[in-house]
Amino acid sequence: MDYVSYLDYKGKHKGLLGWILSTDHKRIAILYLVSLVSFFLIAMTIGVLMRLEMLTPGKTIVDPQTYNALFTLHGVIMIFLFIIPGIPVVFGNFFLPIMLGAKDVAFPRLNLLSWYLYIGGAFLVVISLFVGGGPIDTGWTFYVPYSLRTQSNVTLAVFAAFVIGFSSILTGLNFIVTIHRMRCPGMTWFKMPLFVWGLYSTSWIQLLATPVLGITLILIMLERTFGIGIFDPALGGDPLLYQHLFWIYSHPAVYIMVLPAMGLVSEIIPTFSKKDIFGYGPIAMSSLAIAFIGYLVWGHHMFSTGISDTSRAIFSFLTFIVAIPSGVKIFNWVATMYKGSIETRAPFMFVVAFIVIFSIGGLTGLVLGSLNTDIHLTDTYFVVAHFHYVMFGGMGLLFFGGLHYWFPKMFGKMYNERAAKWGLLLFVIGFNTLYFPMFIMGYLGMPRRYYDYLPEYQIYHVISTVGSWILVTGILILVINLIKGLLSKEKYLDPNPWGGTTLEWKVPTPPELENFQEIPTVEHGPYYRDNLIKPENSH
Amino acid sequence: MNNEATIGHAHVHRDDVGSKMGMWLFLFTELLLFGGMFILYASYRFMYPENFKVAAMHLDTLIGSVNTILLLTSSLTVALSIVALQRKQKMFSVFLLMFTVAAGGAFLVNKFFEWSTKIGHGIYPKGPEMANLSDGEVVFYGLYYVMTGLHALHVIVGLIFIGFMIVFILKGKQTFDNHQKLENAGLYWHLVDIIWIFLFPLFYLIH
Repeated sequence: MDYVSYLDYKGKHKGLLGWILSTDHKRIAILYLVSLVSFFLIAMTIGVLMRLEMLTPGKTIVDPQTYNALFTLHGVIMIFLFIIPGIPVVFGNFFLPIMLGAKDVAFPRLNLLSWYLYIGGAFLVVISLFVGGGPIDTGWTFYVPYSLRTQSNVTLAVFAAFVIGFSSILTGLNFIVTIHRMRCPGMTWFKMPLFVWGLYSTSWIQLLATPVLGITLILIMLERTFGIGIFDPALGGDPLLYQHLFWIYSHPAVYIMVLPAMGLVSEIIPTFSKKDIFGYGPIAMSSLAIAFIGYLVWGHHMFSTGISDTSRAIFSFLTFIVAIPSGVKIFNWVATMYKGSIETRAPFMFVVAFIVIFSIGGLTGLVLGSLNTDIHLTDTYFVVAHFHYVMFGGMGLLFFGGLHYWFPKMFGKMYNERAAKWGLLLFVIGFNTLYFPMFIMGYLGMPRRYYDYLPEYQIYHVISTVGSWILVTGILILVINLIKGLLSKEKYLDPNPWGGTTLEWKVPTPPELENFQEIPTVEHGPYYRDNLIKPENSH
Repeated sequence: MNNEATIGHAHVHRDDVGSKMGMWLFLFTELLLFGGMFILYASYRFMYPENFKVAAMHLDTLIGSVNTILLLTSSLTVALSIVALQRKQKMFSVFLLMFTVAAGGAFLVNKFFEWSTKIGHGIYPKGPEMANLSDGEVVFYGLYYVMTGLHALHVIVGLIFIGFMIVFILKGKQTFDNHQKLENAGLYWHLVDIIWIFLFPLFYLIH
C-alpha cells in the first residue's frame, strides 16, 4: 500500500485532537456523522416517549407541560441538529471534493469552524434546558406572541438556533465556492455528478434563506430581553409578520433537507441499475427549479391565518408548481431503472423504499396545498403525517441509505447486508404503521400538539404507538449492524464494491489523506459506462 | 488563476477569485439579514403611515447627514487605499485606512450622542416616554434602535477588519500583488456604507 489513508494519517496532533483540530474534509465529515447520529437517537427517543404518552387519553407517562417541552425538543433537535445539516455536512463534506476531483473544499478552516458552531449551538440547546425558565415549550416554530410571553428559556434556545444557522450558512458558502472553483480539468458543469447538483442548489438556499431566520430569531431575543416592540401586538407589532419571516426561511429549509437526499438517489440508482442516468439535464435543472420556486411558497403555512384571498390563491398555485420538478425527478429515476440490470443490494432497497414513501408524502402535500382541503386539515395530525413522510421518509431514510451506500468507502469496513435489509424492512413496516394512521385521525379532526384527545381517536393512537416500536427496532438493527461492521477486524479494501462510476469509486478505500495523488482529468459524464453496449451498436 | 495551478499545491492554496467569491456570498447573507428588517419596516410603514411621519420628524437630520458624509468618505478612502497599495505606496495606503477608521469612529461617536439624547428624553424600549406614544411610534423607535444598532455593530466589526488590514500591510502580509484580504475588508466596508444609504432616508428624510 503506497498511500496513507485519512484514517491512519498521523498529523501534528494525536488521538482525539487529531480529529477535532483536523481541517481534512473527510475527518470533519466523520465528526459530523458522530454528532448527527447521536442527536438523531436522542430526538428519536423523545419521539418514542411522546408516542407512549399518546397511547391513552389523559396522562399516560408525563404531565402536559413536559409533553409540550418534549414535542418542542423533538422538533428543534430533529430539524436544526439533524435534518437541515444532515446529508450536506456528512456526505457532502466527505464526497463533494472527491467527486469534483479536488483535494479539499475551498475553505478548509472555515469548514472546521462550521462544525464548532454546530456543536456550540447544540451545547446551547442543552444548557437552555437547565437554566432560566427551563425547557422551551413553544414548538419548534417559536410563534409569537406565546414565545414572547412564556417563562421557559426561549431566548437561549433561539440563540442556539441562530448559531446553528450560522454554521449552515458557512457550509453553504464553502460548497458554492468549492463547486465553482475546484472542479478538476474536464469536469464541466454538466459532467458533475447529480449529488453535486443537489448540494449546489441546497447551498444557495442555505446561503440566501438562513439570514432571514437569523434576524427573526435575533428580534425574538431582543423583544424578550429589552421589550422592544416589533412583533408583540401589545406594543403595536403584528404577530403575522413573524410568521411570514419565519416561513420565508423555514419553507425553503424543507428543500435544504430534501434536495441533497434526491441527489443521493440520483447516485444510487444508476450504480445499481448498471446504466447511465436517464434525463441528466432535467434532474439537474429540477434541483435548481425546486430551490427557486421553493422560495415563493411560504404562504401555504399560513392559509388559515387570515391573509388575503389573492395571496392565498397565488401561494396555492405556486405550491402546485413546485410539485412538478419533484415529479420530473421521480419519473427520470424510474426511467433509469427501466431495462437496467438491477442489483437489489441494500442501498438500492433504501432508494426504492424512499420513492414509495416520498411519493405518498408529496401527494398528501398537494392535499394540504389546496385551499379548501387545507382549511379542514390545517394543524391536524394529517400535517404531522405529511411532513414525517417527506422529511423522515425523505431525508431520514436516505441518510441511512447514503450511509449504507458509502459506508465501505468511508471506513474500509463492511456491514452485514442481510441484517441491513431486515432492518430496512422493519423500518418501512414500522414507519407506515406509525404515520399512516395519523393521516386518518387528522382527517377525522385530531389536532396536532394536543396532550389529550377524545376516546374515539384512541385506536389510531394505539396503532401509531405500536408502529413506533417496530420502527425503532428497525432503526436499532440498522445502527447496530453498522457499528458491528465498523468494529469488525476484517478490512474491506475493494475500491468499488457496487460498480459505481463517479470519481469516489476510483480512489482507494478508504481514501488517502488528500484524496488524489494526481488530480484526475474527466472525459465523460459521471455515469458513463465504457462496458455498455451503445444503442447504435445494439441493433 | 486556473484550476491546475490551484490544485497543484493544496497546502499553499491561493485562489483570489474564490476568496472574493466567498466574500460576495457572505455579503449576500448580510443583505438578506437586513432585508428581513427592511420588509418589517415597509410593512409597518404601510400599517402606520401617520405615526411614522410624526416619529421621523423627531430624528436629527443634521447628525444623520454628517454621518452619511462620514461613511461615504470613508468608503472612498478604503477604495483609494487599495489603489495606493497596488501602486506600492504602502504608507499612503496605511494612512488612508487610518482615515477610514477615524471616520468610522466619528460615525459611532455621533451615533452614541444621538442615542443618548433620545434615551435622555425617555424614548427607549420600556422607557417612561414610550407610554405616551402611539403604537406606530413605538414600532418606529423599536425598528430605529434595532436597525441602527445592528448597523453600528457592523461598523464596529468593519473597523476591526480594517484595523487588522493596517497591521497586515505594515507587516508585509498584504502587498501590492497579494492584497485579497484588503479587498475583502473593503467590500465589507462598502456593504456597511450601502446599508446606511438606505437607513438614512428611511428614518431621517421621509416625513
